Amino acid sequence: MAHPLAPSIATGEVETVVGAPMSYWRTVAWRLRQDPTTIAAGSLLLLIALAAILSPLIAPHDPSAGSIRLRLAPLGTSSHPLGTDEQGRDMLTRLLWGGRMTLLAGLTPVLVGFVLGTVMGVFAGFVGGLTNTIIMRTMDVFYAFPAVLLAIAISGSLGPGLWNTLISLSVVFVPRVVRVAESATVQVKSLEFVAAARASGSGVWPIMRHHLLPNVLGPVLVFSSTQVSLSIILAAGLSFLGLGVTPPAAEWGLMLNTLRGSIYVNAWVPALPGVAIFLTSMSFNLLSDGLRDAMEIRG
Amino acid sequence: MSAPLLEVRGLRKHFPIRSGLLLRTHAWVRAVDDVSFSVAPEETLGVVGESGCGKSTLARLILRLLEPDAGDVTFLGEDLRSAGRARLKRLRRDMQLVFQDPHASLNPRMTIEDAVAFSLVVHGTGRREARAQAWRVLERVGLDPRLYGRRYPHELSGGQRQRVNIARALVLDPKLLVLDEPVSGLDKSVQAQVLNLLQDLKAERALTCVFISHDLNVIEYVSGRVLVMYLGQVVETGTVDALAESPKHPYTQALFASAPTMDPSRRLERPPITGDPPNPVNPPSGCRFRTRCAHAMPRCAEAVPPPIMLAPDHAVACYLYQ
Repeated sequence: MAHPLAPSIATGEVETVVGAPMSYWRTVAWRLRQDPTTIAAGSLLLLIALAAILSPLIAPHDPSAGSIRLRLAPLGTSSHPLGTDEQGRDMLTRLLWGGRMTLLAGLTPVLVGFVLGTVMGVFAGFVGGLTNTIIMRTMDVFYAFPAVLLAIAISGSLGPGLWNTLISLSVVFVPRVVRVAESATVQVKSLEFVAAARASGSGVWPIMRHHLLPNVLGPVLVFSSTQVSLSIILAAGLSFLGLGVTPPAAEWGLMLNTLRGSIYVNAWVPALPGVAIFLTSMSFNLLSDGLRDAMEIRG
Repeated sequence: MSAPLLEVRGLRKHFPIRSGLLLRTHAWVRAVDDVSFSVAPEETLGVVGESGCGKSTLARLILRLLEPDAGDVTFLGEDLRSAGRARLKRLRRDMQLVFQDPHASLNPRMTIEDAVAFSLVVHGTGRREARAQAWRVLERVGLDPRLYGRRYPHELSGGQRQRVNIARALVLDPKLLVLDEPVSGLDKSVQAQVLNLLQDLKAERALTCVFISHDLNVIEYVSGRVLVMYLGQVVETGTVDALAESPKHPYTQALFASAPTMDPSRRLERPPITGDPPNPVNPPSGCRFRTRCAHAMPRCAEAVPPPIMLAPDHAVACYLYQ
């Protein structure tokens, strides 16, 4: 495939095509499509997400219906291809349902962090001065704690439950995004094209919309995408500790916790939620690496 | 001389150096200190000085991109400092800035045509019309808009980017163009092309220019009058011929003597001044050049020498001529 920026005289559309490059986002999309690792990670994530979303339709069993006679069935049991858990519930069904919960608990805090963090960071960076100091030093207080410790402390004081998990993880991610957004804003604000826009008589909003945000959102988006895998692991970790989603709901971290005692009886079944967490978070990491490379401006 | 297009009186800007949690100010950078000059219509005033002498700050003060601490800027007979927001926006159509760094001065996420058309859109021109005008200006500065209009800055060379910068400044059809080191980042051959383009545009559009540069050759080529700055202060002003033939201030003499020349008879054995200019945070008292001046006298340390008129158009701030 020819590079999109190369003149394509052969097509016959010389007049319009020569030297008419595609827009920035189309170039990014094109680069992403050229990267096999990104394609693989993206496809896997798409599969996981689709399976999680469609779980009520495609899951073979009821996620909470167990069987006392068929506990910890090994992989490959007929009608339970991935075995059953310690209460005889179908593992495939629970993994599909658990994916919904884990993805929700993993993505939402990052999304909240992205939106709130960008707003606060851009505001702090743009206004500067004392406002900046107050916002940024407040964020530093949260940043001072290790992410896991902060999440556990907040979850612990709020009590278990999905909402509290989302709140505590959001508190972890907002300050991180604020820092990235603020430093990007300060850096872009000092560049000469912003001064040029001011010199041409532009007000604050057109500068924000056309000059500042397009240059700040890129790095913030890339940074946020790297945080998704961490968020998934933290969400699963909170559930594992009993601070997240409560039983009998299916969630990968919670499943790891309840199956942990069965590891000597049937080692393969307890490993499954771990494999699911690993594959999902690794895919998100690879995808964000691909995104970072694709969004780089190359001279 | 006709009424000046731009008049600057006693302009001053000191930047605080803040640090610590409470952002306490513990020193001031005296970037521009009591600078006065005027520019007649269609004249080109060259501003020359070493790096760090406040040239770029001066450019931003003229356009009120920075608020001066003291002094007045009168443009087209109007006081810029007291101009309200709407009035200032209108006045900004008539005065534009061309920046030094061809990399930082263009938005990497904006196509060339959008970058040029942006100022017009800001002033209420419709998008189609703005684009049409942007295309015309791009064509004029030597960039085929059909070829380059949709490109992004990183796809262009330094010279091409500087042409875009010039197009962006010209699209509003300004009367005054402030050029802040417009060719310093470019190769010599490209410099010549851009300078020639600027000269053509100046004649064609009856532009008044303030041309800031550290390069004397460039200043001599473009300017009618020259203003020499040292550490935020004006040390000498005069026509380019007067300054080149008989510079009066010891700093101007040193500056012209250190410019590289092709004429062997004018070459010097040793550089006329050495060392770096003193730190503008704590500039020397009195005449700021006295620490590097061969003629320094005790009184130079006492007070800043006032400008002394040697000819109607030649002023020097040095006690040697009093």
